[in-house]
Amino acid sequence: MFRNVAELVALAEERSCSIAHIMIQQEMEVRQTSRESVIELMTRNLDVMEQAVARGLSGVSSHSGLTGGDAVKIQQYIDSGKVLSGETIMDAVSKAVATNEVNAAMGLICATPTAGSAGVVPGTLFALKEKLQPTREQMVDYLFTSGAFGMVVANNASISGAAGGCQAEVGSAAGMAAAAITELAGGSPRQAAHAMAIALKNMLGLVCDPVAGLVEVPCVKRNAMGAAIAMVAADMSLAGVESVIPCDEVIEAMFRIGQTMPTTLKETARGGLAATPTGQRLKQQIFGDQTTK
Amino acid sequence: MKYRSVFDIIGPIMVGPSSSHTAGAAKIGRLARSIFGRQPKRVHISLYGSFAETYKGHATDVALIAGVLDYDTNDPRLPQAPQYADEAGIEVVITTEDAVPEHPNTARIMMSDERDEMEVAGISIGGGKVEITELNGFELKLSGQCPAILVMNHDRYGVIAGVTQILSGQHVNIGHMEVSRKEKGKMALMVIETDEKINESIIDEIRALAGVNRVLRMED
Repeated sequence: MFRNVAELVALAEERSCSIAHIMIQQEMEVRQTSRESVIELMTRNLDVMEQAVARGLSGVSSHSGLTGGDAVKIQQYIDSGKVLSGETIMDAVSKAVATNEVNAAMGLICATPTAGSAGVVPGTLFALKEKLQPTREQMVDYLFTSGAFGMVVANNASISGAAGGCQAEVGSAAGMAAAAITELAGGSPRQAAHAMAIALKNMLGLVCDPVAGLVEVPCVKRNAMGAAIAMVAADMSLAGVESVIPCDEVIEAMFRIGQTMPTTLKETARGGLAATPTGQRLKQQIFGDQTTK
Repeated sequence: MKYRSVFDIIGPIMVGPSSSHTAGAAKIGRLARSIFGRQPKRVHISLYGSFAETYKGHATDVALIAGVLDYDTNDPRLPQAPQYADEAGIEVVITTEDAVPEHPNTARIMMSDERDEMEVAGISIGGGKVEITELNGFELKLSGQCPAILVMNHDRYGVIAGVTQILSGQHVNIGHMEVSRKEKGKMALMVIETDEKINESIIDEIRALAGVNRVLRMED
């Protein structure tokens, strides 16, 4: 069983196979089950992700009214042909937003690695589906690659906003997606690790400060930026750019930053954006006298 | 390592909005119900830390109630769980606590009916993964991912050996085991996670052992 990114990369290099393959093999051993049943389980996750993206792109609104409809706006903007940053990036952004808008509306999603950060991995994947035309099998592999890197983060740092801030959620998701994008585009396991490191480095220190304690503001837009960072990090790594700080050390740094982060900034809705005048006003508006506490 | 399956990272499929505060909460509620062994008549849920601060926004209370009703994390009935609990005649009380818990996402569930009363504490550690950390004041660690039995027994020599002997006689392999007690020579708790399912006849055999007070079974 791999314990860190270095071991994961070494395993893939030794066996001349993909990260996805290593993850599938390990899962078969842990579950004592066949390759087919592991693939089938992941395919079910992929289906739920696809449905959530489609639902978000058709337009949803959350119970509080704070979020919804932005995925549609971004798609319309892409269609206008005026996109500045890049159509694939904006497509990923819109599909990440779509997923999190569905999540905020208490719809069905697949946590990747968490519900609050569920948009980044499927958002980037379904944007690349247009660009790279992967097979269904390659799309399932994308999720295994993401999962392999996510597991290292979960075991060596954290994927919980309450324990490590948003860097542990959207940060981890961006790193996972960056690695998976790299592998899907034909990058090596080593390049995937560099992409993850580059993405996660740019999420370090990100706090978890949800307005009114809802997984909406700023969570939905953080997923949008997580998807954008993942795409850029993957492109940089595929261009041959390497992270000076090795991926495992970036993960370790994320863990330490999370430990020293004050609890007001770790999913308690007591600091950051939640504590701004507008954040407080919205909380009052939504919950009235029955504030969250 | 806490996370062993890729589906802890990519998954669960769940009703939003939060894996730790909604899906995790539902799992804690469901494990608590499984330990209680049936649907309780009265439920008192105490929320701590981040659970206490943000439960309304995340529907943590709703999800915990859904769990006690035995709903899974992707059950479409989850958002209406309080209504269903009410219809089922379950008395539910939710309170928030100021005490600072060891883990920020902690819930304590007291369940009772005319026959029994039980208190279970659980934590949601991220991505929908949970652990049961306390049962009737005994500390323990239970993930709910394998079949398990919980044995409350008199704290004296031979009881542990008796229980493990019955399991080995039935070809049941123990994956994880821990014992705890509050005071020497009084009551103790054994938590045994197994690879195989444990059938009722094994439970009855353990119940009949001298020194065993109570045996609870959990299915995965």
